[in-house]
Amino acid sequence: MPSTAPVEIERPDSDVRPDLPWLTIVWNDPVNLMSYVTYVFQTVFGYPRAKAEKLMMDVHHKGKAVVASGTREEMERDVQILHSYGLWATVQQDSA
Amino acid sequence: MSTGFRPTRDGIVAEFDPAEVSILRSLVEMVLGLVEPGETGDDPLERALGIGVAAEAPPDDPVLARLFPSAYQDEKEAAEFRRYTEASLREGKRADARTMLETAVPGKMALTREQAEAWVRALNDVRLTLGTRLEVTEEIHEEIAEMSEDDPRYPAFVTYDWLTYLQDTLVRALW
Repeated sequence: MPSTAPVEIERPDSDVRPDLPWLTIVWNDPVNLMSYVTYVFQTVFGYPRAKAEKLMMDVHHKGKAVVASGTREEMERDVQILHSYGLWATVQQDSA
Repeated sequence: MSTGFRPTRDGIVAEFDPAEVSILRSLVEMVLGLVEPGETGDDPLERALGIGVAAEAPPDDPVLARLFPSAYQDEKEAAEFRRYTEASLREGKRADARTMLETAVPGKMALTREQAEAWVRALNDVRLTLGTRLEVTEEIHEEIAEMSEDDPRYPAFVTYDWLTYLQDTLVRALW
């Protein structure tokens, strides 16, 4: 999809901590609304609107996105909350 | 037809006619019928912690599999996660559905923020249920536009589309 956004320099994401190798992944699905997914990321993670929208667009266009990283326990708690909102979320260890 | 939700000083407000309320109620009751109470063992500690007895395999019904997705790709890890989380997940979905049933009335309806948050999740569960049964795709709008009104699927698709509109207005009212 063509983008009209200005080119941005990729910066490391402050909420994704590479020293903690467990990830929360959200997968695209045809039911969850773009507005709702953005709202859930804001509500569950306290992310600002712009960051929540960027993650939502990543899920939408790439099929999935890493929405948080941390300890395994933290990621399991995140996934449980995301499931309560009806998002399709999984936990995995960072393979990188 | 309802114009959806809007934020006001009195809360998050919507107006529904009796037929709309009856559709909403029957759909939420359908979800309540599918999502049975979480079953925990006799052990008081396990019960207090919401640790389930069964529910270790992913559900066969695609709707339930979508409402209760596997948290891990590995089956054993997914089963363990289910055992510790599914009972409380069920209870949460049932509580949201009950809030919707208790507050859905014909005419003007004002929700507190907390009630509106339960509504937005309950509406999502209804859309996940209906959307999975109808096998909707992201091109649902185009599909409906091309669908004949005589198509047996037409009423369900139009209802789904209406729920999508309602949920979107509710998300925007909560922002």
